This record gives sequence, structure tokens and C-alpha cells, in this order.
Amino acid sequence: MINAIISLAVMGAIFGIILGIANKKFVVDIDPRVEAITNALPGANCGGCGFPGCGGYAEAIVVGTAPLDACGPGKDEVRKKIAGIMGADVGESKERKVAQLMCNGGQDKAVSLYEYEGILDCYTAKTMFGGPKVCSYSCIGLGSCIDACPFGCITMGDNHLPIIDYDLCVGCNKCVEYCPQSVIQLIDASKLVHVRCSNRDKGKLAKEACQVACIKCKLCEKNCPEGAIAVVDNGAGGLAEIDYSKCTNCGICVNKCPTNAIEKIMPINIEAINKEDTNNTQSSVACNNCGLCK
Amino acid sequence: MREMMLIIIGAVLVNNIVLSQFLGICPFLGVSKKLKSALGMGMAVTFVMTLASALTWLIQRYVLEKMQIEYLQTIAFILVIASLVQFVEMVIRKTSPDLYKSLGVYLPLITTNCAVLGVAIINIQKSYTFAQTLTNSIANALGFTLALILFAGIRERLEDANVPKCFEGMPIALITAALMSIAFLGFTGLQ
Repeated sequence: MINAIISLAVMGAIFGIILGIANKKFVVDIDPRVEAITNALPGANCGGCGFPGCGGYAEAIVVGTAPLDACGPGKDEVRKKIAGIMGADVGESKERKVAQLMCNGGQDKAVSLYEYEGILDCYTAKTMFGGPKVCSYSCIGLGSCIDACPFGCITMGDNHLPIIDYDLCVGCNKCVEYCPQSVIQLIDASKLVHVRCSNRDKGKLAKEACQVACIKCKLCEKNCPEGAIAVVDNGAGGLAEIDYSKCTNCGICVNKCPTNAIEKIMPINIEAINKEDTNNTQSSVACNNCGLCK
Repeated sequence: MREMMLIIIGAVLVNNIVLSQFLGICPFLGVSKKLKSALGMGMAVTFVMTLASALTWLIQRYVLEKMQIEYLQTIAFILVIASLVQFVEMVIRKTSPDLYKSLGVYLPLITTNCAVLGVAIINIQKSYTFAQTLTNSIANALGFTLALILFAGIRERLEDANVPKCFEGMPIALITAALMSIAFLGFTGLQ
């Protein structure tokens, strides 16, 4: 009895002492800023910043390998908090980005190649002849992006094209990375004119595959006053692409496009994300400060 | 040598720790969703199991038997394994942050892993020598890793399979585990 008590107590004490010494000897300095930043981050672990979760991003910030403004969901508020913790300049506020679907070929517009009855997953459907539509560049429309979105801002439309709620989108980039067709892009929320087509086939082929395809007619390119839109051939084929640094949202190309492949959307509420910047309110919802009326 | 081979084959295939002895089911089901994490867990278990078996063998031989308190085996072994895992975690964290990152999540899980305690006790029950203890624990850990990797591979494929709604997730995983266990029954008699 005494034997048992003593020997177990001694063993426990020895292990305790060893662990205590090891704890002192093998101590790893953890920067208190890591924890502070982790607490400041939203904790959604969406991975939009490119690091494994909020903890990973916080560590990368402290090490210095990550920019301070990579957190999409955190908006401006978190960016300022992080800058405060790191003692860096707050800097100019970063423009909000939202996901844009670069395809308008829903079931009613795009010609279908075959009836797909497999698993409702875009990747699986893509393995069969590049998807169930004739256009192999198009949105497959099975909604893998809906599952990928951690913020529930994508819903499926009646024409089997995902609808992105721009007010909810935080620009985390998840759907962009997940889409097997790469038809989703992250674009500044202030930009309203988008080429809703990703087809790089020649005009005739594109037109046969989809009613609203870009047919590379270059009408947009010829009519753009800013030289912001052009049919660019990236080697895989041509496609009208907008240089968003030049685009003024005037919408002339939208009217000129013979197939309605270019679309102008309603202004997105930029203040939804930068609540502090309330002084740049526009007088009218329709006006986008393009300056053409002058 | 022949004896060692028998121990290895016996531990990996015939008396597989997971599929025949039903020890370590928790990580078997918990960490088998992805092949990569299964491999990480397998490595961590191999590491800890070998060290723990060696240490518990020494404790049994030179403390418990000397003091004639073998009945305290379980509690003493748990004490040893828990402190060992903590110690190993600290050392790895300091010396090799990369290894710590890849094992980090799994190490604390192993503290309460019954497979580690099970193997330590089996070593004593079968009155193995020190060399046999080491062989047996490495072989058992390999058996655990093998089962885990096979299972993870199957589960990755199950993700894409058209499983009936009522069997989705854990039910089909348990059925798969049972089928694997039956398959491993085929090794009985190999010795």
C-alpha cells in the first residue's frame, strides 16, 4: 500500500519536474500580436486571404509575409484594427471587390449539348465532354459555387445561372478559385459594365453555341471613347475584355454590342462595406459620374 | 529473425490493431476523411507508440515489478504516455516547427488514444523482450497507418459516390469499416 502510494507519487513528481523543466527550456516565444490580430479578424476561416484560416493569416501578418488588407470579409474596420496592432499606417481604404459571373448563357440562351443526369456538381459534369452545353467556356450551372461561398450570397436563378448578391459578397475569392470553368472574376464594385461571356471560339462558332456570346465583331472596341474595351487574343482565342482601369461605366459598348454580351448592372452599394465614407453620396442612383452629359 | 517477422506480420495483418482488436477507433473514424491527414496521423502514432512502448516496458520492468505493484499498470502507463506526449510536443515545437505544424493537431489527440495504451499493455502481457517490444509497437503502428490510409482512400472515393441519402456520412463509413474488418479476417491463419 505504502509502496504503491510512494512510487506513484515519485513517478508523478519526476514527470512533473521533467515537464516543468522542458516547458522552461523549450519555451517558444509567441508574439502577442498574433493573438490580438486573430481576435480582431472575423473568424470565418474562409481562406480568401490565401492563408489557412484566420490564425494562419494573423501569423503571416506578424512575420511580415502578408499584406494588412488581404481580409475581404473583415472590411475596413478590421483592416484599421490590424494596422493599429501592427503600428502601421492605416493607408487609403481599399476598394471593395465583388464576384462577377462572366457568362450569361443560361438554359434559355445557350444551346445544350446533352441531357446531364449525373451528380449535381460542376467538376463531375465537366469531365463529360467539357460540360452539358455546346459552349465549353460557359457556366455549367450546377451550382458548385453556391457550396463554395462561405457567406451564402450566391443563389441559383431560374435559368440555371448563379445569382450573386453584390450587397452580401465580401470578395473572399472562394467561388473564383472553385469554379472549374473560371467564369467568375473578382472586380471592383464601382465597375458596372461587364462582358458576360467567356467564349474564345471564333464568332460563328460562338454564335451557334449561345445567343448572347461575344462574336468578336469589335464594335465595342471601335466605339469605346476611352479605349477601355478591346477584343484581346490571349493565344487560346479572342474575347472582348474590359480594361477596368480605363472604363468609366458610360455603357456605350452595351448599346453597340449586337448580341447583348455586354451588360451594365445597377450601381452596387459601395457604402455597404465602407460605412464611414458617407460624404461621396451620388445625387441620383442612375448617375454614375461618367461625365458624358457635360 | 523468424520470430521478429512473425511478430511484424501478426501485428500488421493478422491482429491488426484497428480492424481485429478494435483499438484506436476514434482517430480511425475521425482523421480518415483526407488521405493527407490520415498519413500525418499515422506518422504521429508510429512515433508516439514506439516511444511510449519502450518507456512503459522500462517502467514495468524496473519500477512496477521491483515494487510489486503491477496492479497499478494502467494508471502508471497512462501517466507515462500523457507526460511523454506533452514532452514530445514541447521538444518538437522547439526543434522542428515544420514537423510540429504537420503533426501539431494530431499529437494531443494521441494522448488519449487507447491504441497506444493497448499496445503497451499487450507488450507486457505477451512478456516480450525489449527488442520484441520495439518491433511489435512499430509493426502495430504500421498496421494502424495501413488501416487508416486504406480507409481514407475509400472514404475519399465515397465522397463522389452516389450513396443513398440515409447512409450518407458516418453510416456508410461504419459499414465500410466493417467490410474492411471482414476482409482482414481473411488473414487469420497466416501464422
